[in-house]
Amino acid sequence: MNLQFVADGLLAGSVIGLGAIGVTLTYSILRFANFAHGEFIAWGAYGALTLTAFIGFLVGHDVAPLGPFSFGWPLLLAGIVAMALTGVLALALDVVLFSRLRARGNAIVMVMASFGASMALRSLLEFFFTSQPAYFTRDIQIAIPLSGGVRVTPDQLLTFALAMVLVVVMFLTMSRTTIGRAMRAVSENPMLASVVGVDVVGVVRATWLMGGGLPCAAGVMVGITVQIRPTMGFDLLLPLFAAAILGGIGSMPGAIVGGLIVGVAEAAAVPLVGAGYRGAVAFLVLIAVLIVKPTGLFGLRE
Amino acid sequence: MLGVENLSAGYELGVPIVRGASIEVAQGEVVAILGPNGAGKSTLIRSVAGLVPKFSGRVVFEGLDITELPPHQVIRRGLAFVPQTENVFAGMTVADNFALAAAVLPVRDRHGRIAEMYDFFPRLEERRSTQAGRLSGGERQMLAVARALMVRPKLLVLDEASAGLSPKMLETVFIQLKAIRAAGVAILLVEQNVRAALALSDRAYVLAEGQNRHAGKAADLWNDPIVADLYLGGAHERGGTA
Repeated sequence: MNLQFVADGLLAGSVIGLGAIGVTLTYSILRFANFAHGEFIAWGAYGALTLTAFIGFLVGHDVAPLGPFSFGWPLLLAGIVAMALTGVLALALDVVLFSRLRARGNAIVMVMASFGASMALRSLLEFFFTSQPAYFTRDIQIAIPLSGGVRVTPDQLLTFALAMVLVVVMFLTMSRTTIGRAMRAVSENPMLASVVGVDVVGVVRATWLMGGGLPCAAGVMVGITVQIRPTMGFDLLLPLFAAAILGGIGSMPGAIVGGLIVGVAEAAAVPLVGAGYRGAVAFLVLIAVLIVKPTGLFGLRE
Repeated sequence: MLGVENLSAGYELGVPIVRGASIEVAQGEVVAILGPNGAGKSTLIRSVAGLVPKFSGRVVFEGLDITELPPHQVIRRGLAFVPQTENVFAGMTVADNFALAAAVLPVRDRHGRIAEMYDFFPRLEERRSTQAGRLSGGERQMLAVARALMVRPKLLVLDEASAGLSPKMLETVFIQLKAIRAAGVAILLVEQNVRAALALSDRAYVLAEGQNRHAGKAADLWNDPIVADLYLGGAHERGGTA
């Protein structure tokens, strides 16, 4: 059996895991399922696309790709700036919409509002960029053969490595830094956190910045390895939630392991039962895990 | 040091639970708030800590009006509050609970202060890598108090520090509170265990229906039969024979 699907699954799964970390972070600290999360993926990708074009305009000539990759330094720079901007977009959405609803303390209303925000943000992208797919580059990359007949492109390897680096950085941030501890404290008990000296409003802001920046990175990675479309984030939303719930909501290692499992399950479905059923397979895995362990793989609470 | 002036506070607008209470705590003093269930004792000290909305009145601490300060600012002024339940982060280790509390201090001060707290509570040092949720009830209470002391507060405010503890643990906690008092930290406590509270306190207020009804030296209140019958729920007699 060709193991190509494992490689494809891990590559897709790393991006899903990155997005799922954002979901699990915002869910456990802000206490609602944010359906607009997928739009941060799409806005992040389009933001990086626009910034790359802008940098290209400033430089005034074509920039040679870096080494074996399909893109040059402008995309890396644009990606970093886009992460910051998408974080600000998430924060702005909170100020305009979610913070007002949070004061009333009704989580269902916030979930519905996030659905509305999701549609509005997606429509705006279609309005500005049309629904035609866009690409960071149209160059064709030659895949490198690995052992066992598996082939991957240099871009795929790089995005996988970058996703893993971001995951490790997030993990260390949450476990070792003051802001990480403060975020865990607010997720566990906001009242006690404030008594202990944590500025809960500041933690909420930091959460939105990270909860926007991470999906933006995921979006840029999808843009590099697949394509950029206004619906790219929304299409990823269900796998993201599946990964976050599978791993155990609130758990960062859970989110990334969940992402990899969902990615490989979907990729395995293509040769086994056909591409049309790939989405269903991820959910079958999710249901199976939740029957055995209702809190998810690494979850602490229901 | 702490002055609460004619304070009204409650969780819902127009439904005050504390209705014009006034209390004072002097430097280094231990003050107990007593009263029947539903008298608003907990609500009063929770509003002092900034956790309950205040409708009218003032809270002054060390000459500063802290009425409008959010909780994370109140603790930076040197007023540390220990809630009654869920007063540790159960999902974090003892060390992480300490590190979180120490984050209020200047960076260069944190490490040394955490070491001091471990010296003061050696049992917690043994348990430093344990999740707080796995500690015994007494150890949790110890962790909650240690975490509050981390910031070198001038006033420690305790909500029912004895709730749910075995008699032996209760004794340990009160011995620690005596040591804290000896170190010059003022303590304001709400207690169900009237006997233990009065033994520790210099003065006490008796609260009923959100207002203070009675005040005096702890020893005098203990011997005041009217107070005992009305507000201490007959604890005087029970305490006398226990």
